[in-house]
Amino acid sequence: MNLLFESFAQLIGRAPRKPTKEEIKPAAQKIHFYKRGEKLDREEARALHAAHKSNKWRNRRWVTLIAINLLFVVSYKLDIQLLEGALTASRFLGFHMADLNSSLQVTLAFKEILLNLVIGTVTILLLWLLLGGRTFCSWVCPYHLVAELAEKIHVKLVDSKIIKGYDFHRGVRTFLYILFALLALVTSYTVFEFFSPTGILSRALIYGPGLALVWVGALLLFEVFVSRRAWCRYVCPIGMTYGLVGLFSPMRLVYDLDGCQHEGECRKVCEVPHVLEPVIKGRATDRSVPIGADCTRCGLCIDTCPTGSLRFEVKGLSKLL
Amino acid sequence: MSEDKDKPKSNAGAVHKAAMNPRQQKARRRFLRSVGLAVGMAGISLMGFVPVLQSHQSRMRLRPPGALGEHEFLASCIKCGQCVQVCPVEAIKLSDFLDGFGSGTPYLDARTQACDFSCDGLQCVLACPTGSLTHEMSYPAQTRMGFARLDKPKLCLARKGLGFEGKVRTPEFDGLFRYTEIDRWNPIPVRDRDFDLEICDLCVRHCPIEIRRQQCAEGNPPSGDPNQCPPLPAISLEPLPSGDGKMRMTPVIHKGCVGCGACEMVCPTEPASIVIDIDKTADMV
Repeated sequence: MNLLFESFAQLIGRAPRKPTKEEIKPAAQKIHFYKRGEKLDREEARALHAAHKSNKWRNRRWVTLIAINLLFVVSYKLDIQLLEGALTASRFLGFHMADLNSSLQVTLAFKEILLNLVIGTVTILLLWLLLGGRTFCSWVCPYHLVAELAEKIHVKLVDSKIIKGYDFHRGVRTFLYILFALLALVTSYTVFEFFSPTGILSRALIYGPGLALVWVGALLLFEVFVSRRAWCRYVCPIGMTYGLVGLFSPMRLVYDLDGCQHEGECRKVCEVPHVLEPVIKGRATDRSVPIGADCTRCGLCIDTCPTGSLRFEVKGLSKLL
Repeated sequence: MSEDKDKPKSNAGAVHKAAMNPRQQKARRRFLRSVGLAVGMAGISLMGFVPVLQSHQSRMRLRPPGALGEHEFLASCIKCGQCVQVCPVEAIKLSDFLDGFGSGTPYLDARTQACDFSCDGLQCVLACPTGSLTHEMSYPAQTRMGFARLDKPKLCLARKGLGFEGKVRTPEFDGLFRYTEIDRWNPIPVRDRDFDLEICDLCVRHCPIEIRRQQCAEGNPPSGDPNQCPPLPAISLEPLPSGDGKMRMTPVIHKGCVGCGACEMVCPTEPASIVIDIDKTADMV
């Protein structure tokens, strides 16, 4: 329960909290105690990371993301009616599916409960409840993919001191989330859908490019030159919605304290590094700590970690097996 | 913020700013920056208002069959384009960014490709997941997209007493139409057909409502379903009194017109003599 609350608090923008001594389980305290004496050998860590280098999860994810988006395109272009529509709403083999945030916007704007939309929304809700919530972001959303490429450029520019990156308070996303909901309710327009890069890119892929791509381009430029992953971190209500679903999802990442050397490379590659706060030396409250709901389950941290201290877990499944 | 609370009260005011340590300054800048991001994003999203508030005819869109009133339509459309995908004549397009809150919503450009109801069963309505295209209608005659109007009577060939010979529009025009007598199931480009008419009646003979009325009169309602029969006429050619003894006719639009735009698409004059008024429907006349 406490973990759930902490996960929610972080999702809506609170900075991760340093656990008190009482909150750390004795087993973890023992490990923290022994690790206190160990000093990280930078050279050794660098060598370890160089030798480890893996893109397993990233490649799997990119293939999945591209395949899903291509399935929309191919389904329409070849008229095979496999996956009709776009990411905002679709039919998979005839079954309704509707993006949770798009449904929310439409329902608030239209103020009527629409049966097909309810069916589609519940289907998608159950799907992402099983698969982890923000898993949608990194495994399906086409903006995520282009933003990852923009992020690479941004990080290079910052590393070579050509530009300085700026961060924002993550509470901005919560503020905008409530604002977009209220705007839909008050104006009766699906205000967010107007400039959602997810919807724009999905439609551009399927129905052909348009002027709206200029807006997506502007967003990417902002992320390259001003703020790393700004849209996904501080703005997108779709991520927030799926984050809320992810709070209750059994599919998540877990951090194992034992073998971790606390070199912090995982936090450097993470889109939402606040979720990886437990990997900081002395912060883990238990030998295994589940990662919070804001995590997009992208697996970049798993790819980066040479000690296997981060892994996917389906809660309850290990007990069943 | 919480840092301010820790300060002794007497310290507030002019000294406050000077007394800020670098960390507080950094936090303050970050706070202001975050307010800027929130305001900026909200501001950009609200720019979608600009196009929808300009409600004059030039900005209005001809919506697919079954579309709710414009305001309800924009509220309920989820912008997925499933209607686009099912249309057999590919009449439906999605509007772009400049339509503001309307961007991503479906519309037709009648002159380029009208709705000819060649799917008979209103596929776009069936495909719509939100009922933006209302599921309360099943037949072409029930739809209310707009209402036809003879916009340029001086250009109209029939009114000049002229016939029509050759292909509709230009040889490059790729608008589609289903001619039941040629192919029951597949629409073909209108340019594939040659006409030789004593007096031009292309608008009347392409009217999907009139075609259905004729089929029904012959005892052949589409899909054998008598419900497909439109109760009211949509358009007819009526004699135009003229002093010179030449036979002149004029298209007259009736209450059965649903505004599908087929007449506008096939009108051979440039610009089209007959157009669709988007802000009008049969229920208003």
